[in-house]
Amino acid sequence: MATEILMPALSPTMTEGKLARWVKKEGESVASGDVIAEIETDKATMEVEAIEDGLLGRILVPEGTENVAVNTPIALLAAEGEELTGAAPAAGSSPAPEAKPAVASEPALSGERQEITVREALRDAIALEMRRDPDVFLLGEEVGQYQGAYKISQGLLDEFGEKRVMDMPITEHGFTGMAVGAALTGLKPIVEFMTMNFAMQAIDQIINSAAKTLYMSGGQLGCPIVFRAPNGAAARVAAQHSQCYASWYAHVPGLKVVAPWSAEDAKGLLRAAIRDPNPVIVLENEILYGHKFPCPTDEAFILPIGKAKIERAGKDVTIVAFSIMVGVALEAAEKLAEQGIDAEVINLRSLRPLDTDTIVESVRKTSRLVTVEEGWPYAGIGAEVAMQVIEHAFDWLDAPPVRVTGLDVPMPFAANLEKLALPQPDWVVDAVRKLV
Amino acid sequence: MDAQGTTRPDAENAAPALRNDAALSTEALIRAYHDMVLIRRFEEKAGQLYGMGLIGGFCHLYIGQEAVVVGVQAALKEGDEIITSYRDHGHMLAAGMSARGVMAELLGRATGHSRGKGGSMHMFSREKNFFGGHGIVGAQVSLGIGLALANQYRGNDNVAAVYFGEGASNQGQVFESFNLAALHRLPAVFIIENNRYGMGTSVERASASRALWRNGEPWGIPGLQVDGMDVNAVHAAATQAVAHCRAGKGPYLIEMLTYRYRGHSMSDPAKYRKREEVDEMRRKHDPIEHVRVLLLEAGLGEAELKALDDEAKAVVADAADFAQSSPEPDESELYTDILIEA
Repeated sequence: MATEILMPALSPTMTEGKLARWVKKEGESVASGDVIAEIETDKATMEVEAIEDGLLGRILVPEGTENVAVNTPIALLAAEGEELTGAAPAAGSSPAPEAKPAVASEPALSGERQEITVREALRDAIALEMRRDPDVFLLGEEVGQYQGAYKISQGLLDEFGEKRVMDMPITEHGFTGMAVGAALTGLKPIVEFMTMNFAMQAIDQIINSAAKTLYMSGGQLGCPIVFRAPNGAAARVAAQHSQCYASWYAHVPGLKVVAPWSAEDAKGLLRAAIRDPNPVIVLENEILYGHKFPCPTDEAFILPIGKAKIERAGKDVTIVAFSIMVGVALEAAEKLAEQGIDAEVINLRSLRPLDTDTIVESVRKTSRLVTVEEGWPYAGIGAEVAMQVIEHAFDWLDAPPVRVTGLDVPMPFAANLEKLALPQPDWVVDAVRKLV
Repeated sequence: MDAQGTTRPDAENAAPALRNDAALSTEALIRAYHDMVLIRRFEEKAGQLYGMGLIGGFCHLYIGQEAVVVGVQAALKEGDEIITSYRDHGHMLAAGMSARGVMAELLGRATGHSRGKGGSMHMFSREKNFFGGHGIVGAQVSLGIGLALANQYRGNDNVAAVYFGEGASNQGQVFESFNLAALHRLPAVFIIENNRYGMGTSVERASASRALWRNGEPWGIPGLQVDGMDVNAVHAAATQAVAHCRAGKGPYLIEMLTYRYRGHSMSDPAKYRKREEVDEMRRKHDPIEHVRVLLLEAGLGEAELKALDDEAKAVVADAADFAQSSPEPDESELYTDILIEA
């Protein structure tokens, strides 16, 4: 009886990958543990090992095939002496889910665009700024030889060398303080944390040293530094690795905080963060890294920090979201449109400073506000956005603002529970329907 | 003592002997005496003004430890960076920051080095390469290796003098910094000012290490233990350490055995030690008296020394007057210096 060898999931967020190479040929015998193929995920090239002994029968997915969905049969393993007969299943039978495209394009931004992933956008932003300014350098765990834990820094070590792409030991508190110290002298470090969760080891240096020294020195010592990392829930990594730090950092005077959603956001905001003379926190999202969006190709493209973007214009309700929740909000808006409700979706882009003007202007038009965030409700970004609207547009509101947030629990591990803990488009639809 | 009846002999813990060819010249000793007396008079005045309610918040005096900063400073050159903790008044004066600016900052005045927004623990001088003045115990050590990293990045031969107390020496980020500095051969001189007490906890009760100067050993960081009440010894050790760093050989660690006469801060009654211990130190090991004797031996007269004393008093009196007559920061300063305009 032949066993199907399935396309494996090799990282928490992997949904598809490229079958880069078959190491074994049809008809070759394999032993459990033998490397049979190489697969390129969104992060790395991984080896696939045979899990039992047998004969590599039919290869179902030829090497070089892109976008092979997880769990697609890629080959058949026959027991010794077994003949493989019958038709092979179609290769790559379940088509890979396309990354969700940006629903609304911004007509104001003309010029050429190219579909790139958020990952590529971030790397391009770093490379462009490092070419532009010799004082900019990157440090963090696995940023160099490993090419980035999430492959953001791919190729940067080759281009810029060890002096400007510095691998750090696992010692967040120490290397963050070191980077802040260098920034106080005027250098412009980009600190990559493997995830924002690990930045908690270093949060004293971020807040007490980076954010406050300008003030405490009477304006003498600025701190031009970027702290960037994936933030929020990834997939199935449980409570210590799944937390949104948006409201933590946005709370602090002396910091700027941005949270890109699309490739355009990522490239434009990271470039702005690197050029900014202040400490800037860039809250990225691991799940978005592999998503493709049209992104301006103009070498000079950059975005301002502090400006939100209306991703979808509408008149009935204002939905405010950031990072991965922009996609959720846009999906909800499509569903609402089918029900005759015209939602406006605002992508905050910047959490501090907050583009209150754009939010208030929108609410004055729609009279209703729903905020969407992955983080916890208590003292979250939604609470701040709602309060700004209450302060500046109370008389325009036809209903109390509503927050859609992650549940007020540590992130559970089990797949079903995790799904229940994170905002879904239907939650947003329900929230809006209560208001309209 | 183990079963074999052997303990690690004290001799093994002793620092290697220092060559004494870096002894300060008479001229340099005069300068050291001047600076040490200035620091002491300054701190005494700060204590008085604190008692009068003119200085608020925390105020950590440096009295007793003067030989450390003055001896180290004499081994530095223009361009070298300095960073320390909140017990920082002496470091700032030794670095050449004005007594007026430091005192005004202690009083929270607009003319202070941080324009009244940092206070005793948080002062900086871009001009003198003094990078603070940090209120979080141990934070300045990681920041300090960042100063050293910047020197390496820029390819200059400057060295960062990174001061911290024996209390801070137990902080995790200090050991992280030892590792990073050694790994990247950063030009940082780590200076542990071991004044025996981290607030009210003696070093014996806080650290299992009985030889702080060896704390960098796992990372191959050479160390020295020095009598921090002897400005010549301090200077000799610092000269050796700085030369090592400047030559690109990586970091260096010096443990300065010193003593603070006053409490941890102004609000510390210092009940954790006996009065006799302090008196003994003052009587037998006072760092200023030590230099005074050296200068007298070198032929200086009492009158010359008194002139130096008087000068220091005058500078401090002027600083106190200046500070008290300076205005508080304008209310508009509340919202300045939070972000630099991009």
